Amino acid sequence: MMLQNREIRRLRDRLNVSWMIVILAIVLFLPLLLGLGLFVQSGLLLKELSIWNVLFTSQWMPMSGKFGLLSFILSSLMVTVLSLLIACPVCLLTAIHLTQYAKRYVLNIMHPVIDILAGIPSVIYGVWGILAVVPLVSKYIAPLFGVQTSGYTLLAGAIVLAIMIIPFILNILIEVFRSIPTELTEASLALGATRWQTIKFVILRKGFPGIISALGLGISRAFGETIAVLMVVGNVAKIPTGIFQPGYPLPALIANNYGEMMSIPMYQSALMFSALVLFVIVMLFNLASRIAITKFETK
Amino acid sequence: MKNSGKIITKDLNLFIGKQHILKNVNIVVPDNKITVILGPSGCGKTTLLKSMNRLTDLYPEMVLSGQILIDDKDILKAGAEVPEIRRKMGLLSQRPYPLPMSIYKNIAYGLKINGVSNHKELDDKVEYYLRLANLWDEVKDRLREPASTLSIGQQQRLCLARGLAVDPEIILADEPTSALDPLSSNAIEKQFVKLKSSYTIVVVTHILRQARRIADHIIFMYLGEVIEQGSANKFFNYPEMDKTREYLKGAFN
Repeated sequence: MMLQNREIRRLRDRLNVSWMIVILAIVLFLPLLLGLGLFVQSGLLLKELSIWNVLFTSQWMPMSGKFGLLSFILSSLMVTVLSLLIACPVCLLTAIHLTQYAKRYVLNIMHPVIDILAGIPSVIYGVWGILAVVPLVSKYIAPLFGVQTSGYTLLAGAIVLAIMIIPFILNILIEVFRSIPTELTEASLALGATRWQTIKFVILRKGFPGIISALGLGISRAFGETIAVLMVVGNVAKIPTGIFQPGYPLPALIANNYGEMMSIPMYQSALMFSALVLFVIVMLFNLASRIAITKFETK
Repeated sequence: MKNSGKIITKDLNLFIGKQHILKNVNIVVPDNKITVILGPSGCGKTTLLKSMNRLTDLYPEMVLSGQILIDDKDILKAGAEVPEIRRKMGLLSQRPYPLPMSIYKNIAYGLKINGVSNHKELDDKVEYYLRLANLWDEVKDRLREPASTLSIGQQQRLCLARGLAVDPEIILADEPTSALDPLSSNAIEKQFVKLKSSYTIVVVTHILRQARRIADHIIFMYLGEVIEQGSANKFFNYPEMDKTREYLKGAFN
């Protein structure tokens, strides 16, 4: 009896383990399959046009067979970089204040607030962008620089995007700074350093890999964000030459057009290829920030 | 015992919320001696040590009252000069926490913060203090490597050198050997004995044998109160209080 029982248990155990491995494999290969699928689908386009032609020209005229993605890629990069420039100092200073200066209960209040911010659906940020940020840009910020614009600009997209990624980056940064042992701060202070010197030379240095990874993950998130940006960024397929110009990021291109032009196979293939480009760029950002972590971590 | 001391506390009380951590602590730490704060874990030794250089400021929930006189100046009343007060006290913590930089920069950091910028002077001082902490021969060929590559024992000596480099008058050590192997512990203890002629050294420990080995002066604490204090000889051979006698017999361990 005992033996039988044990056999059954062992069998069950093994069964459970193999199921887990199957599920793990699915999770593991999902991104790979996704990328492969996109690649196959973009085959039609790449047969007709060279990859360089698609990536480095900016003429987007699907009806006459011109599929230059450059303006979309540049729009995406510019919105992302701009949003990071806005979000980065805000996040760093907030995280430093919350972890180094503020009393404990402030952090306890802020944590759920940040989580709520992170959980707001992006379409709400988009609506808020149209109602608040776009007028802000057209009525106040642009005139400051002597520019006239409707407000649907890269800058508006970047501001909305920055607000969206702030809670995301902030959460990671708070964890990064909290994981730095207090004793390290004590050691620096005991040498006669001020709080600020300690933060500048010890905390930021110790947290550097974490900061890089937080920003890297923020970038990959910002780069792929679709709906909120699409609503405020203007969507004009031209290479933007300034922050007060409208842009047309990659995700917006796909979201706006997919499904409408299914009758033109080349068009569909071109959109698939832009999805692949998006996918690869986000993966590269992710990978780079992960490499950065392991590279700096040991010091 | 003299009336004056390097560090004197008067009716020092410390609360965290309703918890009474330090209860009417009145102690005298004499100059140029090793003073050991002895007692079982959780009796407030470390907190007392940290209050001496105002590291308690880092924990806003700690409320202090009373006086801590260092060279007859009440440091609890100090404002902007707190970094300078801290500089006068080298700190050695339970585990070594080297700064996230090279071995060389770990020593140079404190010097630079306190205004030394001449390269030659920095080089000389780094070497001098690494020698003082008995570490120079082991690290002289790898000064540019991150300090985290050193062994724990070496790191603790690096931390000692780092603390000494800013020219303190007092060394505060919080169970400085608890993470170290016996050999490294021994090295640190020997350092203290060597250094005591030029510094006031305060060592927190719960290791009775360590106290016997190095202490000149003992402050015995139990549950936030100072039970007995005085010269080590008197403390170990002619203890006055019942609690002390129990402790020396090993009742709390």
